[in-house]
Amino acid sequence: MHPVLKLVTQRLALGLLLLLAVSVVIFLGVEALPGDTAQAILGQSATPQALANLREQMGLNEPPLTRYFSWLGGILTGDLGTALTNGADIAQSIKQRLGNTLFLAGCAAVISVPLAIVLGLIAARYAGRWPDKLISGVTLTTISLPEFVAAYFVIFLLTQLIPIFQPVAMVLPGMGFWAKLNAVALPVIVLVMVVLAHMMRMTRAAILNVMQSAYIETAELKGLSPMTVIWRHAFPNAIAPVVSVVMLNLAYLVVGVVVVEVVFSYNALGQYLVDHVTKRDLPVVQAVGLIFAAVYIFLNMLADIIGILANPRLRHPK
Amino acid sequence: MTDQLDLMISRVRKGRMNRREFIGRTSAMGISAGLAGALFTKAAHADEPVKGGILRAGVAGGESTNSLDPALAASDVPYMINRTWGETLVDVDANGAVEMRVAEEVSSNADATEWKFKIRAGVEYHGGGTVTAEDVVATLKRHTDEKSQSGALGIVQGIAEMTAEGDMVTLKLASAAADLPFLIADYHLNIQPGGGVDAPAAGIGTGAYKVVASEPGVITTFERFANYWDSSRGHADAVEVLSINDNTARTAAIQSGQVHLINRVDPKIVELLAGNTDVVIEQVAGPGHYVFIMHCDKAPFDNNDLRMALKMSVNRGEMVEKILGGFGTPGNDFPINAAYPLFDDSLPQREYDAAAAAEFYKKSGHDGSPILLQVAPGAFPGAVDAANLFAASANAAGVPLQVKLEPDDGYWSDIWNVAPFCASYWGGRPVQDQMYTTAYLSTAEWNDTKFKNAKFDELLLAARGELDNAKRKGLYSEMAHIVRDEGGLILPMFNDWVEGRRAEVGGWIADPQGTLMNGTALNKCWLTA
Repeated sequence: MHPVLKLVTQRLALGLLLLLAVSVVIFLGVEALPGDTAQAILGQSATPQALANLREQMGLNEPPLTRYFSWLGGILTGDLGTALTNGADIAQSIKQRLGNTLFLAGCAAVISVPLAIVLGLIAARYAGRWPDKLISGVTLTTISLPEFVAAYFVIFLLTQLIPIFQPVAMVLPGMGFWAKLNAVALPVIVLVMVVLAHMMRMTRAAILNVMQSAYIETAELKGLSPMTVIWRHAFPNAIAPVVSVVMLNLAYLVVGVVVVEVVFSYNALGQYLVDHVTKRDLPVVQAVGLIFAAVYIFLNMLADIIGILANPRLRHPK
Repeated sequence: MTDQLDLMISRVRKGRMNRREFIGRTSAMGISAGLAGALFTKAAHADEPVKGGILRAGVAGGESTNSLDPALAASDVPYMINRTWGETLVDVDANGAVEMRVAEEVSSNADATEWKFKIRAGVEYHGGGTVTAEDVVATLKRHTDEKSQSGALGIVQGIAEMTAEGDMVTLKLASAAADLPFLIADYHLNIQPGGGVDAPAAGIGTGAYKVVASEPGVITTFERFANYWDSSRGHADAVEVLSINDNTARTAAIQSGQVHLINRVDPKIVELLAGNTDVVIEQVAGPGHYVFIMHCDKAPFDNNDLRMALKMSVNRGEMVEKILGGFGTPGNDFPINAAYPLFDDSLPQREYDAAAAAEFYKKSGHDGSPILLQVAPGAFPGAVDAANLFAASANAAGVPLQVKLEPDDGYWSDIWNVAPFCASYWGGRPVQDQMYTTAYLSTAEWNDTKFKNAKFDELLLAARGELDNAKRKGLYSEMAHIVRDEGGLILPMFNDWVEGRRAEVGGWIADPQGTLMNGTALNKCWLTA
């Protein structure tokens, strides 16, 4: 078997194992929350009678182990069940919201990843001089703002002072592509602000690291322009660390943006998950948790594999 | 006098004064009630409704766990949605009177144990067909079913027998209830085809708007129902309820015109909106209130002197000012205010009195150990700050009150109704009987102060069967005195509904019964531009 293929297979198997472990951890975590599902659904207005009825109807009187395995069986057959709270089909709800999550993350990534890398290259080229300081200063400022502060700031700036966008970023079925883009403009701006610095700094650091090598000196002595040296000779050897940071940020864009979703009323998975955690809707929490875990594991695996392919020593092991 | 009258008429036009208040004030000026009534009607209808447009409400209090099943509604977004697509037999109007909706006539026998509702002819469902008496009975029966988890279970439980005959629904009650029509107006009791037994969450009813699409916790869109029976409602072509839980986003959305109406305007930002001519802040004193509740059956709160010491050490004016930003009124330790019919406003307002508190505290013989008040941020908006103010004023009077912070998570299951002294809130009810029955009757399931008083129970039951309003008012007044002076309830403040509307929204009426004109804002308002 080709070593790369073998490696990918190994990683996949490990990933699945990890997912299983994650499902157990999520299950135990939800079990350990104070209060129970029935009480959380009915809230302050719960009568003992209604509580008892709801518990029975939701099968909450079954032992935890039974509930866990019946759910796991459902997952394997593609049946995520229905939400305990409103009886909606979980797979259906998740499908739409996952689409919105990926749309938002995709838009943010398409802008932020190339921008961060280009800025990183420029910063490396002019290391220690004013373009470097300006780029680092600005991106470090935007990452230092908590997301909700950044969100309120762009809401104030772009819906009140210069009213060109809408503060509520709901994406609905039937909206055209441009309408969708217009709707998500503000959250995308905030997310770009938040993820830019990390990737930019990593690109800059990785390039500067490689720039110390002897072969770069050779390239410079050949008379190549500094930008060509960085792009053709330094960057390919700096790809691995950059990719792993890019993947971490992509994962964040998918699983970690609930605050931004809430501020902009964006109907994606994060808010959906938080609502259902509050109501102890176990099947939904587990399903979304698993999806998030899968995204994380997949992206990290991808980073690993790209890192290996980018490194000849790992690509052709002796 | 003309100036004053003009001022009042302009307030009526803006929906800032209701009929009761208008007639009261004008009669004080020597204008006859008949003339005043006519003036009011003229002023209130000065603006003719405008048809068309899409009216949008940005509402806080929606989750992706919501459903269109009216039985399950418990927060503001599903409430608003239910009120937009559905209608109940009767409603309670802005003046606290019963308003006929699906029913066109209500009558009872002499002792209020048997009620007859005549169903309006030709009220159509969105899905076709008209409302029958059988549908009404099936609807009520569904909510009576203990498996329905209906929020209205407590209301319909007292109905012993329901029968449908022709266009008449007869409800026989286990015991007298002079207020039954007010109870039947509960928003969970939307009339559904076949009672909604087959498809409880279909969202099909008889309201002015029919549901086009609904995504829980995000948006529900409606279009005008062409065959709606009441031409005084349903002006916009389409309406939408957007679930916007974030305060800043909701406020920004109304400022930028993305929505036309919002609920729960943060009192802190009202001042900031004052300069904005596009947005009007509407403020209505409602029956909702914030409370600190003591269990009357648990030490040390089983001692009425200690309870009185605590009641005396609340600085109510300060709380209204600091917690509600002035958008509220001080409470008087009983759960009723002027938003209720038959309210007795002659009870003296309880004030902060450190000397009296110290005296009661000494009389109680408490050992001086800290008295714990358990509170979570989610108990009510500003609960932790309110508790700290309470502790500060109590400590100044020598009452050793201490605040214990609890997490929001599990607060309603682990602390409220369990811990002997904690913070909570009540949304209020349309009538006094329902409020007292829900939380102060000895046998009430939500008796969160564990208040058991035989005399009080007796008065409450007597008031239910009393059809003479003057006598009922006397009974309610006596009950108020008992709760105020012996109960476990500390009620520092009633919170106003503070809501925002765009200046181009017409038809706004100040309605104390519930948020956003008792949930009917989308039915009754229109867009002038």
